[in-house]
Amino acid sequence: MQAQTRQADRTAAQAAGTMVTRCWSCRGPVAEGAPFCPTCAAVQPPGQADHFARLGLPRGFGVDAADLDRRYFALQRQLHPDRFATRSAHERALSQQQATALNDAYETLKDPLRRADCLLKLSGQDVVAEGCNLVNDPELLMEAMERREALAEAGSTVEVDAITRATRADVAACVGGLAAAFSAGDLAAAGRLTTRLKYLQKLVDETRVRKLQLRG
Amino acid sequence: MPELLQILEPGESQKQEREDGRPLAVGIDLGTTNSVVAVSSGGAPRVLRGDDGNGLVPSVVAYAPDGSALVGELARQLLLERPEAVVSSVKRLMGRGVADVKSLEGTLPFEVEEDSATGGMVRLRVAGRTLSPVEISADILRSMKDRAEQQLGRAVDKAVVTVPAYFDDAARTATKDAARLAGLEVLRLVNEPTAAALAYGLDQQAEGLYAIYDLGGGTFDISLLRMEKGVFQVRATGGDSALGGDDFDHAVAQHFLGQRAAARGRTALSVAEVKAALMMARVAKECLSSQADGDWMLEVGGTMTRVDLDRATFERLIDPYVARTIAICQGVLDDAGVLPEDVKGVVLVGGSTRVPLVRRRVQEFFGRPPLANINPDEVVAVGASLQAEALTAGSDTLLLDVTPLSLGLETMGGLVERIIERNTPIPVAKAQEFTTFQDGQSAMAIHVLQGEREMADQCRSLARFELHGIPPMTAGAARIRVTFAVDADGLLTVGARETTTGVEQQVAVKPSYGLDEDEMSRMLYESMRHAKEDMALRVLTEARVEATRNCNAVAGALQADGELLDAAERAAIEQAVAAVQAAVAGSDRDAIAAAVEELERVTRPFAERRMDRGIRAALRGVSVESLDRQGDKPASEE
Ligand SMILES: [Zn+2]
Repeated sequence: MQAQTRQADRTAAQAAGTMVTRCWSCRGPVAEGAPFCPTCAAVQPPGQADHFARLGLPRGFGVDAADLDRRYFALQRQLHPDRFATRSAHERALSQQQATALNDAYETLKDPLRRADCLLKLSGQDVVAEGCNLVNDPELLMEAMERREALAEAGSTVEVDAITRATRADVAACVGGLAAAFSAGDLAAAGRLTTRLKYLQKLVDETRVRKLQLRG
Repeated sequence: MPELLQILEPGESQKQEREDGRPLAVGIDLGTTNSVVAVSSGGAPRVLRGDDGNGLVPSVVAYAPDGSALVGELARQLLLERPEAVVSSVKRLMGRGVADVKSLEGTLPFEVEEDSATGGMVRLRVAGRTLSPVEISADILRSMKDRAEQQLGRAVDKAVVTVPAYFDDAARTATKDAARLAGLEVLRLVNEPTAAALAYGLDQQAEGLYAIYDLGGGTFDISLLRMEKGVFQVRATGGDSALGGDDFDHAVAQHFLGQRAAARGRTALSVAEVKAALMMARVAKECLSSQADGDWMLEVGGTMTRVDLDRATFERLIDPYVARTIAICQGVLDDAGVLPEDVKGVVLVGGSTRVPLVRRRVQEFFGRPPLANINPDEVVAVGASLQAEALTAGSDTLLLDVTPLSLGLETMGGLVERIIERNTPIPVAKAQEFTTFQDGQSAMAIHVLQGEREMADQCRSLARFELHGIPPMTAGAARIRVTFAVDADGLLTVGARETTTGVEQQVAVKPSYGLDEDEMSRMLYESMRHAKEDMALRVLTEARVEATRNCNAVAGALQADGELLDAAERAAIEQAVAAVQAAVAGSDRDAIAAAVEELERVTRPFAERRMDRGIRAALRGVSVESLDRQGDKPASEE
C-alpha cells in the first residue's frame, strides 16, 4: 500500500518534472517553455514548445494577424541577439536559439497554408507531400490542368492579371473553408482544403512568372 | 577662470558615466569610395572629422615598401603617381573568388593574383606584396579606429559596421574578419539602408513602409524597409552595381569633348586628357546642382577650348541613367507587391542624390518630397553610430533583418534545392532530409549555394564539404539531415548528419571565401603588436562577465528561496559569493575559475531543494512563476 502510493507519487512527480526544467544559470526551477528564469532572469533554451504555445496563442486556425504581429514583436524585442550584445557567450547563443525558434513559429503561423499544415501535424494527421495527392482528388486534378492550360495560353499581361485575380479569390475562399473545417473539427475536410490551397498558391506563383515572361 | 555653475541636464549623468574610461563603440560606414566614422552619446550622433573638417576618408590604401599602410586623401593623391602601390574600391572584392573577379576584369584598377592556395578569396599584388581584400579593408578600418581614438581621446574597441543589404554570406564574413584584424569587435553588421533609416529616426515614427534610395559614385541601391513598433525589416532590395554618379560624369565629359571636336576637329585623346575631361565634368556637375549654367576651359592637345553646359542640357544628358534608377525602384516595388503611394517616406543616401534632377524624379515617382536634410554621404555612418550606442547602452529599437538571397544545396543534375528562401527573417535555422542515390554509398558531397537561379553553376558557391562514414545501405535508405543556420549578422553555418547512425559534419561556411582560422590567427598575430596581452585580456574579460553572472544568479535565488537554507548554509554560500567577487576584482583568471567552481559546489544542494519545490508546486498545479513560497517548508535531503 505504502509502496504503491510512493510509486504513484513518483510517476506524478515525473510528469510534473517534464513541465519544470532547470535554469542553467541559477539551477532553480523554470516552467517548460518560459523564455526567462523567474528567479534570476537568465534567458533559457527554447525547448520543445509548439508554434502556438511559443506565441502564447491557443491552437486553432483563426489567428488574428495584428495580434500575432504584436506578440511576435514583443517577444523578439526581449529575445533577439541584439539585446544580448554585451552579455556572455552562452547567453548570446541561447538568445540566438530563442530568436530562431520564434521566427520559425511566426513565419509558420503568419501563412495560412503553413498554419494549416502545422495544425494538421499537431492533430496527428499526416500531411501528404506537396503535389502528390492531387491524383487522389480527380476534381482538383482536372481543375489544375485546365488552369495551367489557360495560363500557358494567356497572351497578354491583362489576361494573366485576370487569372491572378480569379485565383486570389479562390485562395480567399479556400482559407475561409479551412477556418470552418478546423472549427468544426473536420480534419479530413481540412486536409483536402490544405492540398487545394497548396496548389492554388503555386498557381499564384506561376502567374507571376508568366507575367515576367510576357514582359520580356 | 573659475567655473560658475555646472548644470546637469537630464541624460547627462549617463553620458558622464560612459566617459569614465570605458572603451567606446562607434559606427563605421565602410564604403567603396569613402568611409565615415561616427559616434553617438546620449542619442546625439556626430561624425568624426579630420583637421580639414571633412568626414569622408577615401577608401584608398597606399603601401610603403616596408609594408606600412597609408589610408585616405594622401593615398588617393598617390593613386596616379604610384598605381602599383595603391588600392582603391577594395569593397567590390570582399568575399570574392577568382572566378567572380574574372567578370570585373579590366574595370579593376589593380592587379589580381590568379590563385591563392585554397581557391578562395582573390589576392592583390600591391607594392611587391600579396594582400587579401580582408587585410586591405582592415587597414581602412584601423585608420577609422585611429581617427576615432584621437578625437575622443580614449580607446575604441567595438563597432557597428554597415554592409550593403545585398552582401552575401562570404562578403559579410570577410567584413567581420577585417574588423577583427583591425582590433574591433563587431557588435553587429547593419545593412546600409537600415542605418540610413535609423539616422532619420524612422524607428520613432509611425508604422509603415520606407524606401531608401542610395545613388553613389558607381552603384545604385534601392531598399524597401518595413517599420513596425520600432522593428525594422528589409522587405525587398534591388540595384545595379554599375550605375551611379560616374555615369553622369562620363555623359558630361563626352558632351564637352563633342563640343571641342565640333570646334577644332577630332583628335586622338591621351588617357590623361580623358581623365582631365572627367574631372572637369565632375566640377560642372557639382556647379549645376546650385547654378543654372556655366562655362569651363578644356585643355586637349595643348589647346584650350571653352565648353559650356546649362542645367536643361545637363539633365537631358543624365536623364537615361536617372530613369534607369526609377525603373529599378518600380521593379522592387512590384517584387514586394506594393504601390509607390504605399511608401510613407523616402530617404536619400549617396553624394549623387545632390543632383536636383535625381531629387525631382524620386519625388515624382513616390509622390512625396524625399528626406534629405542629413548629409547623404554621412547618413549611413550616423545611423550606425546610433545603433552602436543602442547596443551598448540599451534602447527600444530592434533591427530585424532578412536573408538577402536564397540559400540552398546542389542536388543531382546540378539543380539547386533551396533550403532558406530569400527575405526570411533572421536568425533562422532550417533542415531538410536528403538520401543516397547509389547502393552502398558511404559518402556524400555537400555543395552550399547562394542565389535565385535554378542551376547550381549560376549560383554563388559558398562552400563544399563531404559527409563520410555513411553506413552501407540500399539507395534511398540513408537519411541525411542537412541543417542551415543563419545568425543575426547574416552569417551561415551548415551541418550534415546521417540520422540513423548519427555520423555528423559541421562547417561554418567560411573557409571557401573568407580566411581560415589558421590564416586569421597568423594575421592577427602579425598585425597586433600585443597580440598575447590582448588575447589574455579578452579571456579575462569573458571570465569576469561569466563570474558576475553567476553571482547575480545566486543572489536572485537567495532572495527568492532563501528560506530553504539554514543560517550556516546561507553563510557558506554568501562566503563563496564574496570569494568570487574578490577574484573578479583581481586579474587572475584561474583564481576566478576556482572561486566560481567552489560557488557551484556550495550551492548544489540549494539548487536541488529549489527544483524539488518547483516540481511539487507543478504537481499542485501552481505555476512556477507564482510559487507559494510561504506555504513550503525546507525539503529534507535524502
Ligand atoms: Zn535562474
